[in-house]
Amino acid sequence: MPQSAYQRALGFCGTLLVLLILGFLVLPAAVVAIAAFNDKAILSFPPQAWSWRWFAKAIAYEDFRAGFRNGLIVTAWSSAIALLVGASFAFVIDRYRFPFKRTLEAILLSPLVIPHFTVGLGFLILAAQIGLSRGFAVVVVCHVVLVLPFVLRSVYVSLRNLDQSYELAAASLGAPPGRVLLTVTLPLLLPGLVSGWLFAAILSFNEFTASLFVTSQRTQTLPVAMYNYVREFADPSMAALSVMYIVATAALIVFANAFLGLGKVLNIEQGH
Amino acid sequence: MNQQPFLRTFTAPAVLCAIAFLAAMAAVLQFSLRAYVPGSLEPGGFTLANFADLLKPLYSRVFLDTVWICALTAVSTLLVGYPLAYAMVRTKSAILKSILLVIVVTPLFLGEVVRTYSWIIVLGNNGFINSVLRDLGIIQQPIQFMFTTFGVVVALVHVTMPVMVVMLAAALSHIDPDYERAAESLGAGPVRTFLTVTLPLSMPGVVAGVTTAFAWTFSAFATPQLIGGGRVNMISNLVYQLGFASFNFPFAASLCVAGLALTFVVLSALRLAARPLEKIGPH
Repeated sequence: MPQSAYQRALGFCGTLLVLLILGFLVLPAAVVAIAAFNDKAILSFPPQAWSWRWFAKAIAYEDFRAGFRNGLIVTAWSSAIALLVGASFAFVIDRYRFPFKRTLEAILLSPLVIPHFTVGLGFLILAAQIGLSRGFAVVVVCHVVLVLPFVLRSVYVSLRNLDQSYELAAASLGAPPGRVLLTVTLPLLLPGLVSGWLFAAILSFNEFTASLFVTSQRTQTLPVAMYNYVREFADPSMAALSVMYIVATAALIVFANAFLGLGKVLNIEQGH
Repeated sequence: MNQQPFLRTFTAPAVLCAIAFLAAMAAVLQFSLRAYVPGSLEPGGFTLANFADLLKPLYSRVFLDTVWICALTAVSTLLVGYPLAYAMVRTKSAILKSILLVIVVTPLFLGEVVRTYSWIIVLGNNGFINSVLRDLGIIQQPIQFMFTTFGVVVALVHVTMPVMVVMLAAALSHIDPDYERAAESLGAGPVRTFLTVTLPLSMPGVVAGVTTAFAWTFSAFATPQLIGGGRVNMISNLVYQLGFASFNFPFAASLCVAGLALTFVVLSALRLAARPLEKIGPH
């Protein structure tokens, strides 16, 4: 179809607009990268000299190291528990009927809309009231509750798309329910389980606001350590750490997109 | 034979999680109704005084500011996010689509602290924008972005962009392109086709996106705390300050409860207002 000059001008303006918006999205990451490689402690653009020293300093900084270790502990526990709880409950929601099913589901999904500072404050008060010290247990439980909706949704979507005739075939050939579950259902669900776990792990590792309330000096996770650093210091170590963070996260997203198809998970593929 | 095998085993962990969460929420509710005993972490007797205190101008001001910042952020995110979502859904190139998707989605998983810190470097008095403008000789004095509502909203728009784009793209991708082709073949120009066909059909996505952006912004803490620097305060900042600076947990809890009620009211009003719009949506 021939395009008029008007349509071409419109298309050009549209492309320009989208490029500007992409620029807005990428700008902070680009600027942080420049700041991280800047040799001087004081921010200046463009930098006079380049160096890796802020990366070395960030990696050597004890609070960041401890935060990273604590973050891994919390993430490992909370993503594993959330996967177990979320996957089994998604299975039950998809297959069974029982009283208070919708209520239970609504309660478990509600952390999506409740501000994290409220959830954090709630677990802080609760822990104090039942006399629990502010150890890892409180942080893990809080994170499980916060990431559970994402696991639930991810596994539920894969269950919906699962062809139940394989399970029926296995059952009709005499496999007991446990065996059907382990040898047929679980392998078929693997992509949903992996993406649900990945979502949970990334979100837990990055969770900040609720963690600020429920962690103590001893259990603070990396985002909390970073927040405290930004409040106290202004050198580019934080920029260096941010660059590592951005690269690692982007790599995970590219990986997830290539192997799991983010478009499908997010329901934005063209079509019906 | 048991028709629902593993029902109990599979539901029990979920029930435990729900109980833990409800207990935490009940703790907030309970504390919001208790008196504050200065110098003690233990709350006093039951009272409604906390909620009466919320009406003081100092605090009601923060509530109004919070709603204003949330509304501003949600609307700005919609305006900036729509063209991007449209481009992402309509591009023919699969590689371009993947690149756009990764650029859009990555900030979603970065966490508030990294994103906020990045914006401090961009917006600060010696930050990127001011340095560039100064070197170009456009300004002599730095433009004040930090500690302003404008600076906070810019960073918050960046935070809510991914979720807005994803929701808009979901709505746009479910519109049958034939509708648009029909409008064009009947002589409507691209702008008219967009305004009379595409935009109305994408309304469910717009409503979902704006609602979610509003709720997310309400939940933001690090961005108003670090970029607002105490001069732009949202409810989240007040809650933290009351809890960890003055140990007034009962009042912090009442702020949380009032905040929840407020979001609920605003979002319900938004949904109600949008109901006629959503009816235009597809199917």
